[in-house]
Amino acid sequence: MPPAVLAPVPYAKPFALELVRQMLRIRRFEERCAELYGAGAIRGFLHLYIGEEAVAAGAVSALQPEDALVGTYREHGHALVRGIPAGVILAEMFGRREGCCRGRGGSMHLFDAGTRFYGGNAIVGGGLPLAVGLALADQRLARASVTACFFGEGAAAEGAFHESLNLAALWRLPVLFCCENNLYAMGTRLERSQSEPDLCLRARAFRMRAERVDGMDVVAVHEATRAAAAEVRAGRGPFFLEFRTYRFRAHSMFDPDLYREKAEVEAWKQRGPLHTFTARLKEQGLLEEQEFLALEREVVAEVEAAVVFAAAGTLEPAEDLLRDVCAEGRS
Amino acid sequence: MSTTYREALREAHRDALARDERVFLMGEDVGRYGGTYAVSRGLLEEFGPERVRDAPLSELAFVGAGIGAALGGLRPIVEIMTVNFSLLALDQIVNTAAHLRHMSGGQFHVPLVIRMATGAGRQLAAQHSHSLEGWYAHVPGLRVLAPATVADARWMLPLALAEQDPVVMFEHVLAYALEGQPGQAGEVDLARARVRRTGERATLIAWGGTLAKSLQAAELLAREGVECEVLDLRVLRPLDEESLLASVKKTRRAVIVDEGWRSGSLAAEVAARISEQCFFELDSPVRRVCSAEVPIPYAKHLEDAALPQVAAIVAAVRTVL
Repeated sequence: MPPAVLAPVPYAKPFALELVRQMLRIRRFEERCAELYGAGAIRGFLHLYIGEEAVAAGAVSALQPEDALVGTYREHGHALVRGIPAGVILAEMFGRREGCCRGRGGSMHLFDAGTRFYGGNAIVGGGLPLAVGLALADQRLARASVTACFFGEGAAAEGAFHESLNLAALWRLPVLFCCENNLYAMGTRLERSQSEPDLCLRARAFRMRAERVDGMDVVAVHEATRAAAAEVRAGRGPFFLEFRTYRFRAHSMFDPDLYREKAEVEAWKQRGPLHTFTARLKEQGLLEEQEFLALEREVVAEVEAAVVFAAAGTLEPAEDLLRDVCAEGRS
Repeated sequence: MSTTYREALREAHRDALARDERVFLMGEDVGRYGGTYAVSRGLLEEFGPERVRDAPLSELAFVGAGIGAALGGLRPIVEIMTVNFSLLALDQIVNTAAHLRHMSGGQFHVPLVIRMATGAGRQLAAQHSHSLEGWYAHVPGLRVLAPATVADARWMLPLALAEQDPVVMFEHVLAYALEGQPGQAGEVDLARARVRRTGERATLIAWGGTLAKSLQAAELLAREGVECEVLDLRVLRPLDEESLLASVKKTRRAVIVDEGWRSGSLAAEVAARISEQCFFELDSPVRRVCSAEVPIPYAKHLEDAALPQVAAIVAAVRTVL
């Protein structure tokens, strides 16, 4: 577990509150998702991000609108921070036409062209080659965009990880590799599945700059991402960030979570990104309890409005099943 | 003017690269080496390393990078050295390229052309002799092409590049030296099967590497007075059912020639469609000539025995007459 010594928050109040708000949005949204899953409104796989909010809130907020984002099947948080409306995300999980993918994708496949959000990839490591290609197009067309590619530490065991890091470094492509190391690939701990658990070392083997970041500290995440993205944007090749984080919930709604000690989970919860950050802000006089409660009310209202929106969503007619398999008029 | 299949492909690439800045070729040894089958020889010198891009032996990553580049606004042609190695990239081709449009509710599409050599016949043994076109033809979201003539080699590529969705193009390893007329742009499409020889007694249905063998078989049969029609499917997904059924309804007999293994083959799909849609017009059961269900062996006599041969095609036709 990374050290819990946290530096003062270097932000003015508005941005500090914005980071709280984003983490709170993810937390409350997903808590509601879990309930809705229990109620049968959401089906299929549902992978919660609770505990890891500092990574999406800190990293995605450090990107520019012209940047691209490639995510995994645990991507609700990134989608929310990137700006896909909560209602549209939830409608997708409800399988409704008003969802971002008209109900074709569900929780694991959120996409949004408007914010350059390229999924929502449910094949571990599957997004890395895609990110390399997006960056290749940006490089060729001389666009100053960064492609931020999120993936878990489990992906580092895939061939796609090695092939993609090699290509990105070889061609000096503007990819920001954002590894969310939550220690467990489903139920298998990193040390039990990878001979070299130091992921930064492996990135450096490709002559790529790499940095380990406390993924429970939203400030550390944001600062590291901002600095790395600036390097990448300046044409100095790809960058690898390893965010040390932890998921508080099970891998998915089907996971009985038998592979971790309760004490370990509890210890990480002590370092929860939301309450540690708000405590720091309060200590620094940047946040009053009343302000936090107001923020909380605002976020809960947003989530409830999203539930209403999703529940009122319509179903795509089954006659449109084959729509968008190929371009219109093609088969 | 006569040219070769290889040169026709090269001309197609040169033309595409010259016409559209967004087009680039990427794959193993496509640049400095000149292409494993010499398709891209000279193109590096002409267009530079950005547009004729040598990739490391990372099929999964460079095919995926092709997908990403297509999403990012480029028009990549990704060459996979052979279909055998495409298995290393299958995840990206199926899970991403083919599914992205539908999975994203139509927000994203992947205008990517993937070319690869396919087939056996050069004593390259089990791991270099696959014919897996049928696997790709199984997947919704892909368009699958099998150019078997010089004209198709010349003109399918620009049409594939104009598509909005991923196109997988199979070039049989024995076709590169084929000579013929490149023809004109307007003579080629990506939709229809083509009758390569007309006849009344039976329809031989072939594509890619089995077209030449089927035409030879038809020639031998014609000497005995048995005129067969030879239909080149050309587009393996989506299948041109109309042309297929029209020919079979005319001849009332069908023999399908497929270099893939029989079980679960594209030949099985074609046979099923014929049975479903013109069963009562048939005068004989549909026959298939496929590869033996064995990893393709090295020794010449064994390889020959494993693959569909002209004599087997002729024999199959005789059983349906």
